[in-house]
Amino acid sequence: MKKSLIQIIISFILFLVAMAVPFENDLINKGLYIIAYLIVGLEIVWKAIRNIFRGRVFDEHFLMAVATIGAFVIGEFPEAVAVMLFYQVGELFQDYAVDKSRKSITSLMDIRPDIAFVKRNGKIEKISPEDVKIGENIVVKPGEKIPLDGIIVEGSSMVDTSALTGESVPKEVTVGDEVLGGCINENGLLTIKVEKEFGESTVSKILDLVENASSKKSKSENFITKFAKYYTPIVVIIAVLLAIIPPFVLNLGEFTEWLYRALTFLVVSCPCALVISIPLGFFGGIGGASKTGILVKGSNYLEALANTEIVVFDKTGTLTEGVFEVQKVEANGISKEELLKYAAYAESNSNHPISISLKKAYNKEINQSSILNTEEIAGRGVSSNVEGREVLIGNDKLMKEKNISYIPCNEIGTILYVAIDNKYAGYILIADKIKEDTFKAIKTLKKNNIKETVMLTGDKKEVGEKVANELGLDKVYTELLPDGKVEKVEELMKDKSEKGKLVFVGDGINDAPVLALSDIGIAMGGLGSDAAIEAADVVIMTDEPSKIGTAIKISKKTMKIVRQNIVFAIAVKVLVLILTAFGIGTMWEAVFADVGVSVLAIINSLRALSVKK
Amino acid sequence: MKKSFKLKGLDCANCATKIEEHVKKVDGVENASVSFMTQKMTVETSSDDEEIFKKIKKVVKREEPDVKVEEI
Repeated sequence: MKKSLIQIIISFILFLVAMAVPFENDLINKGLYIIAYLIVGLEIVWKAIRNIFRGRVFDEHFLMAVATIGAFVIGEFPEAVAVMLFYQVGELFQDYAVDKSRKSITSLMDIRPDIAFVKRNGKIEKISPEDVKIGENIVVKPGEKIPLDGIIVEGSSMVDTSALTGESVPKEVTVGDEVLGGCINENGLLTIKVEKEFGESTVSKILDLVENASSKKSKSENFITKFAKYYTPIVVIIAVLLAIIPPFVLNLGEFTEWLYRALTFLVVSCPCALVISIPLGFFGGIGGASKTGILVKGSNYLEALANTEIVVFDKTGTLTEGVFEVQKVEANGISKEELLKYAAYAESNSNHPISISLKKAYNKEINQSSILNTEEIAGRGVSSNVEGREVLIGNDKLMKEKNISYIPCNEIGTILYVAIDNKYAGYILIADKIKEDTFKAIKTLKKNNIKETVMLTGDKKEVGEKVANELGLDKVYTELLPDGKVEKVEELMKDKSEKGKLVFVGDGINDAPVLALSDIGIAMGGLGSDAAIEAADVVIMTDEPSKIGTAIKISKKTMKIVRQNIVFAIAVKVLVLILTAFGIGTMWEAVFADVGVSVLAIINSLRALSVKK
Repeated sequence: MKKSFKLKGLDCANCATKIEEHVKKVDGVENASVSFMTQKMTVETSSDDEEIFKKIKKVVKREEPDVKVEEI
């Protein structure tokens, strides 16, 4: 690149001298022009000749060579040099811009771990992550990148997962927790037992996915490829006709004048601006999205997202936490803490999700020695002796059977009634909780003119409708079996307009058929879930549904940039062609237009890379 | 068989399309995709016969003499 810059500078100086100094013998001027031309253009002419032998006439090098040599022939020396000079400046800039964006995107994805410190025979060896086998222990010091997926066997620390998730708050991990390669270990020394080979690790899969995203091309890119296929030959044919028909057939003035116009046509015959800036824009959009923890598997999906009309959500795990939590404690005659304590104690020996949520809500050490005679009553609940008191905990049937006068409660969720020493002591409401982030997510979607938000769930009608109402969703379908979900999505697909797209958002585990059926399948919480990464078109690494809105915004911005570039580049070229045909445009203007459009379109494309969180 | 190559010196989007088109036509190649932005070519072949990869490299050389094919 440095070499060509020097060439351009030398050539430019010679060009200026030839322009500014009127030598007595104008052969000196002509000689200077030719030398200046050869310095910058020889390479192009050489490539052009090579292409002729391969039968490739519509190659941009060939066209530039013909245009400039033609200009020399009709005596337009300064034009010939200027065209080649500016063409090369444009090329140089293009290389620079593309190189720069490549670098900024790769640095963005610079999450590939390079080294692993593995414990072998009591010694620590430094090797490549690819050579570490499953079951081996690796050591990760503070500040280092975790090389492979595994489980912590020693130590605890804070890990920065932002490279994978876009999430900036570090996560606390300790013995028994799973950690993923690509995350940064912030402060503690960790020993990790490797669970997956490098090629199978999450970070490898993500990198693979993003790097191959460009192989699924968008409609816009295909349009440009087609456009380029026809544009160049058409312009060249018109150029040939322009050189021959007006002067010879219509007798409209000098041949050299028309030839000059025809050569000017050749200068703008390359659709370079479009061919480079459109893929660059999509690549930037995909890169920007992955920075925020959204993986888009192809530019076709990024393009489609902009036309989203209907967003269909799966409820559990997507809109809600997917875990049961104590929502409410209503005590009768004792304190809330006491009620929760007795309930947690009575249920302490069970691993049922409900018992777990009780223990979590109580959040204190349970003194096992104070629990006696715990007995499970199938389909009813549990009876137990806690600190000498008889505790009954379970549903309404249990209360009725034991003749306890309880106060029936009709809240939505799982209700646990508690009786202590055969006296009603209150109830505990356990339910799945809507994610904090979901409210924001739905708001963003509505702001972005999504026509319909729909929720599908296998849950009971009351539960589903309550969640949908709270969130302000447009439609809700409840008590659906898995194939019922497929049916509903098929129905909804008919609701949208011709160009509109239906997005389905799920956790990627049980909804593979629906993900495949919808226009764009989005899987949430992809981190660590291979199934989700495989099944979906877009993977959101965190469990925040608000990222859907972010993805749509990125898509819209990218499409705006792409459209601007297409319209701008084509309009300028057509304008130059028209002006030239009527003899108003000069070769100078044509080359400025051609290079200028490319440069502006590339700069515009680079905007796609920056994403506001 | 899926294999990736680095295409060093791939500096025009048009060339990427051309290479992709022609590599797809090579006998034994089931699919090929060239990314201009990542300068990467991914090919799916029916077998891991060295001959196929030699042919692929030849095609790239013919289309774009300045591009160097490197195995990753």
